[in-house]
Amino acid sequence: MISSPSLKMSGKARLSVRKSSLCLVLFGAAVLLLGAMFFHAAYQRQADAPLIVHIAGVVKTLDLTDLCLFTEARYTRHPSQADLYSAFQDHPASLEHFPTGSIAGPPAALRRLHGKLD
Amino acid sequence: MASWIEKQRSILDYTLSSLMRRKGKNISLFIVYTVVVFILASAMFFTQAMKREASLILKDAPEMVVQRLLMGRYDPIPLDYLQKIRGIRGVISADARLWGYYYDPVVGANYTVMVPRNQSLSPGRIIIGNGIARDRMINRGDIFSFRAHDGQSRSFTIDGELPAASELVSADLILIAEADFRDLFGFPASHATDIAVSVINPKELLTIARKISEQLPDTRPIIRDEMVRTYDSVFDWRGGMVIVLIMMALLAFVIFAWEKASGLSAEERREIGILKAIGWETSDVIAAKTYEGSAVSFFSFTFGILLAYGHVFFSAAFLFAPALKGWSVLYPDFRITPFIDPYQVAVLFFLTVVPYTVATIVPSWRAAIVDPDSVMRS
Repeated sequence: MISSPSLKMSGKARLSVRKSSLCLVLFGAAVLLLGAMFFHAAYQRQADAPLIVHIAGVVKTLDLTDLCLFTEARYTRHPSQADLYSAFQDHPASLEHFPTGSIAGPPAALRRLHGKLD
Repeated sequence: MASWIEKQRSILDYTLSSLMRRKGKNISLFIVYTVVVFILASAMFFTQAMKREASLILKDAPEMVVQRLLMGRYDPIPLDYLQKIRGIRGVISADARLWGYYYDPVVGANYTVMVPRNQSLSPGRIIIGNGIARDRMINRGDIFSFRAHDGQSRSFTIDGELPAASELVSADLILIAEADFRDLFGFPASHATDIAVSVINPKELLTIARKISEQLPDTRPIIRDEMVRTYDSVFDWRGGMVIVLIMMALLAFVIFAWEKASGLSAEERREIGILKAIGWETSDVIAAKTYEGSAVSFFSFTFGILLAYGHVFFSAAFLFAPALKGWSVLYPDFRITPFIDPYQVAVLFFLTVVPYTVATIVPSWRAAIVDPDSVMRS
């Protein structure tokens, strides 16, 4: 698709490639990269299968019910075991921080106050 | 056929030259488009992978957990409920689970303290999750002190660490002997945290859950499907962080496509007028604009998708980490398995590439069907 290099009569040598050829080559490369992404995903899923089986084994052995993703509060650590509407039940005027807390971190001053109570 | 291909290639050559003439504008367009696709694709890849991983990992979670509710909150369950549950036809086993939370003021993290049912631990010894070992910089053989319910300190020797590979479920776990658990929390011997139930026929799970609710009205059975569904809703595109990301990205994309669709610049209109004046057909102008829209959107889409894939699966979605961690001090170190759905990628392709390309063509078509003289004069 790429035409052979040619010498232009403008006084200096330059590679003359049609822009459409370059675009088609880039298009092919992009399609290949997208294919490689799906191929890598499939390969990695197979490679990770024993790890997932191992984690599922730990879940079975220890009778676990939740993923350890959000350790900030009990109803986020074990969302499947939380009280119904538990977010506002921790104490009067308790502010919900999940999922709102997932968007922005608390101000540093608030965390210092938090320390005095515990 | 060959002449048609050659003609299309010439139009493509012209289109690319035209794009290069407005290099600054088109590069910024490419960057904005790529960022929009990157955000959408990252959110899509992350949520899809987490949902699939949660469903695979939790497939061996207890079939049913029975909690006791008191004043709308869950409360320790009396152990005599065990016999009542075991007496229900279809139940194979009902076992007490002992677990609770411990706030560690040293690092400000919450731990999950648990008595393993299938593993006996010597009194005075604990096994800790890898996240705790990392945060507290403690290892096997070290002493870990807790502040017990009576205000006194209790010290335990670390007997080992849970494998790093299982951090996704065990980063904050502390496994402890039953006697130590009850002593630490002042937990009465007559109660447990909740009850794990196994049944003979999983199809009867709902019926058995209903019977438990009828016989023990102050309890709340949670079946395994509900546990998995919890993560479906946590990582659902309609909830929490994901909807914020998607709304922002879609809004940016709508503004961006609208700007394109609302009209051409004077320079572009003049260019179309000149092309028509020198003999280009309306169809040629539309083909040139289609190639322009397709080239920009396809390459932005591909680049955005590939960046999102790298971000989520090679760097553990580091841009989402501050949002995911929230107030958490202890966070598991894990890599996400790439469960990607070709259908979702196709949907994203049609939601981004097609509208943008159409938005590029429409105003060009409107300019191309007007008399070239009036287009150039306007």
